[in-house]
Amino acid sequence: MNSLKSLGVVNAQRATFDTPLKFSSGAVLPRYELAYETYGTLNADRSNAILVCHALSGNHHVAGYYSDNPKNVGWWDNMIGPGKPVDTDKFFVIGMNNLGGCHGSTGPSSINPETGKPYGSSFPVVTVEDWVESQARLADRLGIEQFAAVLGGSLGGMQAMQWSLSFPQRVRHVLIIAAAPHLTAENIAFNDVARNAILTDPDFHGGDFYQYNVVPTRGLRLARMLGHITYLSDDAMADKFGRSLRAGKLGFTYDIEFEIESYLRYQGDKFAAYFDANTYLLMTKALDYFDPAREYGGNLDKAFSAAQANFLVLSFTTDWRFAPERSREIVHALLHNRRNVSYAEITSTHGHDSFLMQDQHYHDVMRVYLDRIAGDLSI
Amino acid sequence: MSAHDSVELAAVRPDFAAIAAWIPKGASVLDLGCGDGSLLRFLRDMREVRGYGVDINDANIVACIRNGVNVIQDDLDTGLSGFESLSFDYVILSQTLQAIRHTEALVQEILRVGKAGIVSFPNFGYWRNRLKILCGNMPVSRELPYQWYDTPNVHLCTLCDFEDFCANQNVQILDRRVMTGGEQVKVLPNLLGSTAVYRFQRRA
Repeated sequence: MNSLKSLGVVNAQRATFDTPLKFSSGAVLPRYELAYETYGTLNADRSNAILVCHALSGNHHVAGYYSDNPKNVGWWDNMIGPGKPVDTDKFFVIGMNNLGGCHGSTGPSSINPETGKPYGSSFPVVTVEDWVESQARLADRLGIEQFAAVLGGSLGGMQAMQWSLSFPQRVRHVLIIAAAPHLTAENIAFNDVARNAILTDPDFHGGDFYQYNVVPTRGLRLARMLGHITYLSDDAMADKFGRSLRAGKLGFTYDIEFEIESYLRYQGDKFAAYFDANTYLLMTKALDYFDPAREYGGNLDKAFSAAQANFLVLSFTTDWRFAPERSREIVHALLHNRRNVSYAEITSTHGHDSFLMQDQHYHDVMRVYLDRIAGDLSI
Repeated sequence: MSAHDSVELAAVRPDFAAIAAWIPKGASVLDLGCGDGSLLRFLRDMREVRGYGVDINDANIVACIRNGVNVIQDDLDTGLSGFESLSFDYVILSQTLQAIRHTEALVQEILRVGKAGIVSFPNFGYWRNRLKILCGNMPVSRELPYQWYDTPNVHLCTLCDFEDFCANQNVQILDRRVMTGGEQVKVLPNLLGSTAVYRFQRRA
C-alpha cells in the first residue's frame, strides 16, 4: 500500500466552451463541456502546471477521492499527490476527461442541444490531435501558456507525444509511458474484435441505444474482457490464477469454472455497468488512428522534427500490447532529432497495466525526473 | 555541478580530465556504459557537450536522471542499432571495455556511430597486477575492485593487447594517455601505468 498521504477530498469541475471545435474528420462541435480536476496550486508565474492525459478507460478523476464517496479514489493516486512522484506540493496538476468520454465531458451519451437527445451515433470520431486541441483550450482557460510537463500512459502517452508536435512551444517536458508511435496490425485487430463485440450486440441499435433504454452490456463486457487479457501478462495471469478452479474440481459444464474466467467476467460486468459503449468505440478508434508519422510517409524522425520538448520515455518489460521495442522507436526518432531524451525499461510482471502499478524503481525514475523539472523551475 | 565539484571529480577520476582535454567545446558525445552520468555531467560543465549516456543498470538510470544527463537504458552487447551512423563527434567507452562481451562488434559500432572513439580501461599489464599474479592471486585494486568470482570484467587486457587489437581491427590510434594515481606515465607505460585512455578513429 501507498504509505504517502493522499490528496484527500477533490472536486470535479466543468468548463463550457462556445468556440466551435473542428475535428480531424471535418465534423464540428459548436459547443462542448470539459470535466476536469486540479490539484495543488498554480504558482505566480504559471510555470508549474502538469497535464495528466488518460488512457482508454480513464477520466479526469486522477487522484484523491470525492467527499460523498471516499472509496472512489483517482486512477493514478499512487503517482500523484503530496510528496508523491508527481508532487502536488510543487506542481499544479490537471486531469481532464477527454472529449467523447463518459464521465462529464461532452460525449456520445451527452444531450445534443440541437435535438434534445443523446448524440449517440452522431458524435464525431475523435482523434488524439482533437483531444490535444481541446486540452490546449482548457489550458488557455486556466491561464496556462506553457506546461512544465504533459504526461500519460498508453493512449495518454500518445496524447503527451502529440502535445510536443501540436504545440511544441507550450510544453517543456513530455513523459511518454507504455505507449507507441502507432498501433501495430495485431493491436488494431484486438481493438476491432472489441468493437465488433459492441457493434453486433442487438442492444447497440447503431449507437442510439439510449432512446431504447437499453445498454449493449454483452458487447461492452466482451470488449473489456478481451482488452483486459491483453493488458496483463502471461506470467501475471499464471501467478494470480494459474489453473485454479473455483469449485476445486471439474464440473463438466460451460459455467464459470476456472478462476481466470470468474475474474474476467467480474471485470467485464464491472466495466459494462459504468462505461459508455460509444465512448469505448471512440477511444479504440483514436488509438488505431494515432500515427504522427503518417503524413511524413511513415518517417517518424520527420514527424518529430517540430518537437522542442525534453522527453522521458518509459516502457515495461512484460508489456506486449505496447512493447518496449515500440517505445524505443520513439526514443530513436528523438535521438535522430537530437532532442533531450531519457529512456528506462522498467522490469515488471504486470504487462501493460504496469504503468498504473506501484513499483519502487518506476516511481523513483518518475520522481527524480520530475524533481529535476521542479529544480529547473526553482519550485 | 560547480567548478569546484568538477575539479574534485577530475582528481578522483584522472581519466575524466584526459578525456575532457580531447573533446572540443560543444561537441556531441555518446557515453557507453555511462554509470551514474558523472563523466557526461563533467563534460557538460567543462566542455558544454551535448550528450547521451547508455547504461543497462536500473540504479544508474536513476542516478543519470538525477545528474541531469540524458540516458538510454540499453544493453551494449546488443549493439547500437538505434543510433545513426556518424551521429556523434565522440563515442566514449570509459572503464567499460573490459566488461563487454562482444568487444570487436562494439568497437566497430563505436566507429560507425562516432566520428572518433575514446576508450579508457585498467591496464592489466600494470606491474602491481603482474606481481599479484606472480604471487599467486588475481589482482584486486582501485582500478580492479572485484574478486575473481564477482567481477563483471570478462575481457581484461594490457596496453600491448589493445594496440594489437586496434591494428587488427583497422583502428587508428590518434592519442594515448597512460596514468597511475592521476600522474601521467611516459616511461614503460605497459608496466608502470594503471589506467590507459585512447583516442582513435577508423583507419582511412
